[in-house]
Amino acid sequence: MNNIFAVAGIVIKELYRRKDFYVLFILTVVICLVMASVNIYNDNEIIRYIKSICLLLIWVSSLVIAITTTARQIPAEREQRTLLPLLAKPLSRTQLIFGKFLGCWLACGLVLVCFYAFFGALAASREHHWPLLNYFQAAFLHWMTLGVVIALTLLGSLVFAAPSSNSTICFVAVAAILCVGRYLDAVALTRPEPVRSILWTIYYAIPHLEIPFDMRNLIVHDWPLIGWKFIGLDALYSLAYATVFLVAACLVFRRKAVN
Amino acid sequence: MNVILRTDKLRVEFKSREFRQSPKVALRGLDLEVNAGDVFGFLGPNGAGKTTTINVLLGFVQPTSGSASLFGIDVRQPIARQRIGYLPELTYYYKFLTAEELLRFYARIFSLPRAEADRRIDAVLKLVELESARKRLIKTYSKGMQQRVGLAQALINNPDLLILDEPTSGLDPLGRMKVREIIQRLKTEGKTVFFSSHELGEVETVCDRVAIISEGELKAVGRVGDIMGRHASLEKAFLDIVGYQSQSAP
Repeated sequence: MNNIFAVAGIVIKELYRRKDFYVLFILTVVICLVMASVNIYNDNEIIRYIKSICLLLIWVSSLVIAITTTARQIPAEREQRTLLPLLAKPLSRTQLIFGKFLGCWLACGLVLVCFYAFFGALAASREHHWPLLNYFQAAFLHWMTLGVVIALTLLGSLVFAAPSSNSTICFVAVAAILCVGRYLDAVALTRPEPVRSILWTIYYAIPHLEIPFDMRNLIVHDWPLIGWKFIGLDALYSLAYATVFLVAACLVFRRKAVN
Repeated sequence: MNVILRTDKLRVEFKSREFRQSPKVALRGLDLEVNAGDVFGFLGPNGAGKTTTINVLLGFVQPTSGSASLFGIDVRQPIARQRIGYLPELTYYYKFLTAEELLRFYARIFSLPRAEADRRIDAVLKLVELESARKRLIKTYSKGMQQRVGLAQALINNPDLLILDEPTSGLDPLGRMKVREIIQRLKTEGKTVFFSSHELGEVETVCDRVAIISEGELKAVGRVGDIMGRHASLEKAFLDIVGYQSQSAP
């Protein structure tokens, strides 16, 4: 575990010494502040739209940070040859993969804390209340989603040579899951065979990041809290998928020449 | 003699990316033994298989057949690398870290206790003369300084075996002299050094034993004096062994 934490520490250090996060955070803050300062038609309900757009920006920014940060980890190590002195130490490739995953996941957790703290402050300035537990549930499930996305991107970075192609493919895959994943079973019913079977297979194989994890409505509409049992089940679901992707990444990386 | 590095009928083939091309054979049944306390020079022309051999020893490349071991442990086990230090030919370290942070990270991989890590970091930074720059980001270092950081990371765990892949490549005369001094110093401390080099004068000066490979095959191995034999220098012996014939000869 010591080696995994050591690698994770370096990944976190890299993220906060690079500019990606700061740029996206400042961009989100500026857009949201500009929107929050406008009061169209004196409509008091406008805050819901602002919250909705702000959360959408947070989701997009966090996915950009998670995918771009993860996609460059192993390819950059290979390209800059930092992988050679690293693997010449008593560090197994499995430890490296898990360390990279943990580092990216924890770093994204820190990013989410910043984003949600800003969101909470913005919403509280207009609504004068702060539903902390709702924010916690939404941020926690958001973080779990990023865990699956990071594991998927890490696997992609070992399969696709260029980080840019991996990032693009992961973005498209995650966007497709979030936007149309939930409708695949309904679409399958309207299609003849073999398309129906193919759509069913995809529906059951992909990680469903949309329904159980996207809790934006919970805080936009101030819905009551979700049962903690369901939060726990969601967490297990995401960890299971992340584990499958990480094991696949370890198997791909195990015999890969790194010279 | 205590053999700490051994390869046994090591064969490495790289699959061709071209359609219907036969695989490229990088090593053809290489048998090598390095004894504890030796400074061992590993020589050969470009493309002879030196770096491939080192890559197999460090677990970067899987052999097609044969085996390799360090301290009697199969090189595929990460624990085989616990007592070695490695300096690649050309490398770049994490540029967003300082030299001290980089060394602390590697010390942690070797599971060095905090106090021991602090002591080793001080010692190796002093040895490579980077004490004054220890808090600077590596991206601000010159090439020579980066090479010295490389040497420092290779020595952080006080290794019993040091594997150096062309350590003086691209260094100025002062840098080369420094590396040579460090190798000599390690030799007096009883450490084993295995290094590949094209600097035959340097090899002649510091090595106890040398091996010469060409086209993936071991051509000669033995003490420097034995390899030189009737030749005036190691360079002449090397050219003779690899079968070089001068174009300007009548």
